[in-house]
Amino acid sequence: MVPLSWFLILAAAIFSVGLFGVLARRNAIAILMGIELMLNAVNLNLLAFWRYLWSDSLTGVVFIMIVLAVAAAEVAVGLALIISIYRRRSTVVVEEIDLLKW
Amino acid sequence: MTGPQIIFLAVGAVTLIAAIMVVTVPRLVHAGLWLILALAGIAVLFILLDNGFLAVIQVAIYIDAIAILIIIGVMLTRTAMSDTARQINRMWLGAAFACLVIMAGLLAIVSQAPTATAGLLVEDQVSMEALGRVLVDVDGFILPFEVASVLLVAALVGAILVAMTPARGD
Amino acid sequence: MIEIVAWLIPVPPLLAFGLIILFTNRSNRLSHVIGIGGMLIAWALAMSTFFYAVSGGELPVTTDVQWLPTGDTSLNIGTWIDPLTAVTLFFVAWTMLAIFVYSVGYHNFGKAGDSKDRPGLPPHAGGIEPMYARFFAFISLFAFGMLALVVTDNLLVLFVGWEIMGFCSYLLIGFWYGKDSAKAAMVKAFMTTRVGDVFMLLGLAYLYTLTGTLTYSEILFNPETLEMLATTPSVLGAGTSAAALIALLFFIGTVGKSAQWPLHTWLPDAMEGPTPVSAMIHAAAMVSAGIYLILRIFPLITAGWHHGDPLTEIMVIISFVGAFTALFASTLAVGQNDIKRVLAYSTISQLGYMVAAVGIGAFVAAAFHLITHAFFKALLFLGSGSVIHGVEHGAHESGDHINPNDMTHMGGLRKKMPLTFWTFLIGGLTLSGFPIITAGFWSKDEILAEAFGTSHLAIFVVLALAALITAFYTGRQITMTFLGKARSKAAEHAHESTWTMTVPLVVLAFFSVVIGWAGVPKGFPVLSSFVPNWVHEFVDSTLLEHSEVLEFNPVPLIVSVGVALGGLLVGFLMYRKLEAGAPDPLARLGRVYVWIQNKYYFDELYDFLFVRPAYWFAETFVYRGIDRRVIDGFLHWVASLAGRLGGWLRNKIDIPIVNGSGDFVGEGIKTAGREGRVIQTGRIQTYLIAGVIFVGALLSYIFFLL
Repeated sequence: MVPLSWFLILAAAIFSVGLFGVLARRNAIAILMGIELMLNAVNLNLLAFWRYLWSDSLTGVVFIMIVLAVAAAEVAVGLALIISIYRRRSTVVVEEIDLLKW
Repeated sequence: MTGPQIIFLAVGAVTLIAAIMVVTVPRLVHAGLWLILALAGIAVLFILLDNGFLAVIQVAIYIDAIAILIIIGVMLTRTAMSDTARQINRMWLGAAFACLVIMAGLLAIVSQAPTATAGLLVEDQVSMEALGRVLVDVDGFILPFEVASVLLVAALVGAILVAMTPARGD
Repeated sequence: MIEIVAWLIPVPPLLAFGLIILFTNRSNRLSHVIGIGGMLIAWALAMSTFFYAVSGGELPVTTDVQWLPTGDTSLNIGTWIDPLTAVTLFFVAWTMLAIFVYSVGYHNFGKAGDSKDRPGLPPHAGGIEPMYARFFAFISLFAFGMLALVVTDNLLVLFVGWEIMGFCSYLLIGFWYGKDSAKAAMVKAFMTTRVGDVFMLLGLAYLYTLTGTLTYSEILFNPETLEMLATTPSVLGAGTSAAALIALLFFIGTVGKSAQWPLHTWLPDAMEGPTPVSAMIHAAAMVSAGIYLILRIFPLITAGWHHGDPLTEIMVIISFVGAFTALFASTLAVGQNDIKRVLAYSTISQLGYMVAAVGIGAFVAAAFHLITHAFFKALLFLGSGSVIHGVEHGAHESGDHINPNDMTHMGGLRKKMPLTFWTFLIGGLTLSGFPIITAGFWSKDEILAEAFGTSHLAIFVVLALAALITAFYTGRQITMTFLGKARSKAAEHAHESTWTMTVPLVVLAFFSVVIGWAGVPKGFPVLSSFVPNWVHEFVDSTLLEHSEVLEFNPVPLIVSVGVALGGLLVGFLMYRKLEAGAPDPLARLGRVYVWIQNKYYFDELYDFLFVRPAYWFAETFVYRGIDRRVIDGFLHWVASLAGRLGGWLRNKIDIPIVNGSGDFVGEGIKTAGREGRVIQTGRIQTYLIAGVIFVGALLSYIFFLL
């Protein structure tokens, strides 16, 4: 069988990659993609743990479903925000969205 | 190397490479497509974890909804930033460093956890019916279920409101 | 009982002073009622004390209270009633009461005030004095001073009373302070007596140093103390005993207060005050205080001397000063035309008699003359005041505005002011020593007899000469004022004064006549068998060492009768035909007369020697030199120093350091903020990176180190 740690390592790697995308990309939507990667990595992690340790209870599955739902909602709202910002400021480059600076 | 392991390695590699592509490719639509591939890979991994249901859900929601939405968003905002513009910001070194730190930390934790056991046997309590029941059971997860639905409604309304064009005076 | 009475004697006039000053200043009637009331009570107490003393009461009566603790001992004050005190109280009480009553009429109480009158100037003829109440307050205070001086038992309170009277004389001589001459006179009086007072204070201090006490009973009536003082050499070196030096210092006080030569110049000028004041100062109280003092310290003066011994040096000095003054002043009186000035010089002269008497050791004679002099001099002054009032009124009526004091404009007032004339005549005769019926005869004769009987012939001759001149100027004065024809319209229209003025005159005249008969010397032909020499016996009991009674000698008697009658006659004859505007018959003396009129230029001499240097010293040296240049210069220098210090502090410390640190803090915060706000880039990714790194660090810390 596949050792648990493999899944965990993979999830950690995808998480880090997603994190890099969030921190280093200039386009707002690209950042959103990075966030999606991070969330998926988390889902993977959760499922792995559920499968290997608590596979007799459904708590893990429900957790993952909720996370999934939340992720979807969040993407929707995020995109709405980005569209709205794009409408007002005609930019999606996060470096230029800096009104809260000094 | 058993079969599942090989499959795991292959799918894992694909996913990882797809993820890396997502964050480095300059053209955003391509990045979106790579994202779809990564999500698909995750779905396969879900199957590997004996949870076909979630794999379908993953495909249905993430790939069919979220990824498509993202691509639509990219297309809507295309004029704002061309693909030839710089995609990685100036702090990418610091970001990379941070990510490496996080990675190292997570790996350290993983290696510490005494859970490197091989997989357990699947039991039959995990069934669709049981899942459906537990979601609406008062002693179960009815509350998170309902709250999630409220959240979805709020997100729905909010997204519409935020992205709405200014009122046309009706 | 008598002890308490003795304490109470000075109190009513003091209370009257306080009441008038504080409360009744506006009401003239109330003020004079309180003033006279106070004096009346004091008079009653004094008379009761006197009667107690003469009716064989136990004397001396002393009381004592601790007043000033000085280490183990204490300075006590109290009262002392002995025969000298009793007779002094007698004449002081009567004369002062007479003067108080006289003042009511003199200041024209009851007449309307002239609206042109201002306080500080004498009122226009017939108008009430504007400062009426104040006058009574002042003379009440004066009475208090004199009475306190008389009843006390120690020299300190005596000095206090002395100074109070000096102060009151200042106030009263300058009562009409609107007149420049009065202002000058009040200062002159105070300053001149002050010279005497300084020496007296030195004497007090020296006495206290040697004996540790100032009470009579412990010094003057204590033979051991007197012996000690007589034998201790004084600080001036061998030859003078301490007693002599102390006596000399006190005597200088008397010289000042009783206007003996050389400190006599203030007394004639003191005539600037109202007439009751002149009477008070120069008859009843102040000058009498001087004589009272040397009578009191008679044991000190005569310490180491006994009757029949040659005179000690101090006694020689005293008798010389007294005799010289008597002659000197009488010559000056001759040349005066102001009615009051004649009396002023006469006072100086008579006081010289008393001083000379003390100098030759004739205690009783001096005391007796003091008593009689108080009565007849007060009488003469008050009489002159009445004359002046009458002439003033006449001047007002007739429109002939002359100097009312000037005798050359009087004459014939006998018919116009009969009561004044007769009482003045009695006073004048007493002054001259008219035989038998006047008291002055008896007292003056006693002094002459003592001088002759103790073989002090120089003194005798001088005093007899002075008596001659005294009689002469008295005759001159009476003749010029009352006899002959009126020499001015004012004199023609004069009239008699009110009863408040004439009744005191009558009372004093009565005493001037009667007192003498209490002192008929033993051995006097005929009369002495009727009346014992009560005065001699009574007053002599004051002293520890009783003097012997002299054998009766007709020589001084004949001499004194001769000079008295002779002088009066010459004066009368020379002046009875004096016409208005005619020169004084004495002017025939030429140069001498000029000198006399100018008082031998003593005033000018003193001015040159003392007054002008004092002014120079004060004005130039002290004021300009020290005060302005040194003291003010120093102050200005300190101020400039402070200014410079302040400026330096401000510019070098306050602005850079204090302001600087404040500004530094502010600027520092601004700079820190300006530098620090760079963190707020506004870019989410920056924040995220920071957050991630921080979280990583934290987690690594938790998982690896803990």
